[in-house]
Amino acid sequence: MNVDAGKLPLIRQQVVLSGVGGQGILFLSRLLAEAAIAGGFPVLTSETHGMAQRGGVVVSHLKVGGFDSPLVRTGRADLLLVLKEENVAFHREFLADGGTLVVNAPVPTDAGPRVRAHAVDADALALSAGAPHAANLVLLGFALARIGGGTAGGIFCSGGEIREALSRRQGGGGSRFAASLSALDLGIAHGTW
Amino acid sequence: MSDRILMQGNDAIARGLVEAGCAVAASYPGTPASEILSSIDRWRKKCGATMHVEWAVNEKVALEIAYTAAIAGLRAAVSMKQVGLNVASDPLLSAAYLGVTGGFLVVSADDPGPHSSQTEQDSRLLAMMAKVPVLDPASPAQAMALAGTGFDLSEAFGVPVMLRPTTRVCHASQDVDAAPFRPPVREARFVKDPARWAATPAYRRLLHDRLAEKIAAIAAWPATAPIRVNPEVSPAKAVVASGVAFAHARELFGELGISCRIALYQVIQPYPLHAAFIDHLLETYEEILVLEESAPVIEMQVADRRRVRGRMTGAVPGTGELLPEIIERLLSRFAGLPVPGGALPAQGGGRRPTLCPGCAHRSSFYAIRMAAPAGIYPSDIGCYTLGINLGAVDTVLCMGAAVSQAAGFDYAHRLSGKQVDIVATIGDSTFYHAGIPPLIDAVVQGARFVLVILDNGTTAMTGNQPTPGTGIGAGGETTAAVDMEGLVRACGVRFCRTANPDRLPEFIALLKEALDHARERGVAVVIARQPCAMVARAAGGKAPGAIVITEECNGCRHCVDRFECPALVFDEAANRVRIDEMLCTGCGVCVSVCPEGAIHLEPAGEKRS
Repeated sequence: MNVDAGKLPLIRQQVVLSGVGGQGILFLSRLLAEAAIAGGFPVLTSETHGMAQRGGVVVSHLKVGGFDSPLVRTGRADLLLVLKEENVAFHREFLADGGTLVVNAPVPTDAGPRVRAHAVDADALALSAGAPHAANLVLLGFALARIGGGTAGGIFCSGGEIREALSRRQGGGGSRFAASLSALDLGIAHGTW
Repeated sequence: MSDRILMQGNDAIARGLVEAGCAVAASYPGTPASEILSSIDRWRKKCGATMHVEWAVNEKVALEIAYTAAIAGLRAAVSMKQVGLNVASDPLLSAAYLGVTGGFLVVSADDPGPHSSQTEQDSRLLAMMAKVPVLDPASPAQAMALAGTGFDLSEAFGVPVMLRPTTRVCHASQDVDAAPFRPPVREARFVKDPARWAATPAYRRLLHDRLAEKIAAIAAWPATAPIRVNPEVSPAKAVVASGVAFAHARELFGELGISCRIALYQVIQPYPLHAAFIDHLLETYEEILVLEESAPVIEMQVADRRRVRGRMTGAVPGTGELLPEIIERLLSRFAGLPVPGGALPAQGGGRRPTLCPGCAHRSSFYAIRMAAPAGIYPSDIGCYTLGINLGAVDTVLCMGAAVSQAAGFDYAHRLSGKQVDIVATIGDSTFYHAGIPPLIDAVVQGARFVLVILDNGTTAMTGNQPTPGTGIGAGGETTAAVDMEGLVRACGVRFCRTANPDRLPEFIALLKEALDHARERGVAVVIARQPCAMVARAAGGKAPGAIVITEECNGCRHCVDRFECPALVFDEAANRVRIDEMLCTGCGVCVSVCPEGAIHLEPAGEKRS
């Protein structure tokens, strides 16, 4: 097992990412996982592959800190990122009491009491920025800014660490990287109070 | 930063294999095992190793190629999904008797759930039937380590070894140490011994005795013995777990605070289960709970039925994935704690998968229903199984069965004096894999059906691996390519025509012609050839134009119900169809689908109205 008993990290965070095939859920979860590793945390993820990737429901689990199981149990997620609003109905059960929902929607979805819900119309923002396939990064940027990335009580990583992870993934400099970065920054700008 | 990088389970298995000196690797793609072979090729290039890496035509061929390298003294591996192991089971069972000289690893990935498979069968049962040892990793990091252990085990006893990950290992990712490495190099050397390598039945009996001796010795091999997680306590109860069920259990032991009250063991080698471990369990514990996926392989080897609980006793659900929520309930009950009543994650519901926008399979299915509206539609394994959404898929059994089932339907109906139109569909990769023998059989028996080979030039469902028709190898190198039309004709088929299904009116007319031939003269084959839309999109192909819905749309829903393109969205409020421009590829096929002529294609460059 990868748990190093010598340096138990202080952070333990569980994140569920939900969307449909083609929206870039897998990309987001890997980006977050790589940012976690760069921050010195052990990480475990679980991905959806196969037929569901043809437009069906896709969900990724991400656990940062000392875990053994790659799956988040219902009622345990600190954060639920939803790229397809209709998925809130069947994935909100992953959220812990006091957990946070960030959803790609014009107005916040009701996720019940004891859940903090935030919404951003990431599709519209991405389309207006001429990068319709980067709605995933708009949503992530928004979440980092709204909840606080890399801060106490916030997400385990900061916007800067995500930028670095993007740069490592897409080789900083190219047009694809520039488009990704501007989508992330657009989300950050909209998420900043 | 250290050398720790994020590695998917399949990537970690690949790395473990290459690092341990695997020289020959073959596979046929299938979820959740698909990424292993492409990753082997990446690691090969990274460390500069000399290897033979190939996408084989099917799993039987893949296993035979890798096995043969192993009897020539090299280390070799074959990877596949669990149903692929069914296809490869014939050579596997024989290979267990004959044994190997170089290390031979059979990676068979199971899919409890199942998430993307026809069955949730347990490959470990097949290992047991074949009498080959099987290793059951709990994480990507452990899977990487066990690849090397597996080769060592294989060479220590001269037997094939199975590595059995599940979806939650293959498609989990984890931080893993990835320091540079230099794999060992060996020279191939086949030592002739026909009495062994071509053994006759009399000698097979002796080989079987020898295999039984090997299995008994492997059940005492220290390197794969079960691991006790909490040796400091001496309780009366024990949990014995393997695979990802162990990972869930270990995490829950901490959360539930039961480490001081219940012993926890990880079984790494479920078959053969270590003999001393079985004795130890039965001598030490009053109650034993076994957590494993998906069959009771460990459980059935611990013979005391009064003390052992698991899938066989009904204490653990007999089918389905052992989700951590289920394990939490089982452990709580076993520990005498209150059993949590929380929800299980939602199964099903939500948006169903569908063929991609611009996918030519959609055109083929639409055309098939137009040409043979009262037909029977056998189909096969691939993206095109999603033709079920379009009402054009009636049966899916296993790889290649579309062809045999088409024949079977014809014979069955003919006996009753009935003539039905039968239009079967099969993908190009599936046709090469298992569609050729049943096509020969159908020709010989005079079966009457139309076979549509959906030739998109790739194995799309599993991530666009090359097919034998493409002339591309696993590492992107150029290979020989098979001529599909020539192959079909060589099977004895007299009607074989190729067309682009996206030209709908012509394609429907061609299908009608093929049906006429089939009714009178036997099997007709239509090759529907058009590249996969995902490949075309990745290549940055230009859209022919923009789709516009005109005022003529009367909301009849024909296009959304029968053509089901995700880019055609029914606007309930306006009672008409609109185009989702984020999804539309501008392929223009829907233009000829609309009975009202309300869908127009505006050629690229022209202004929208």
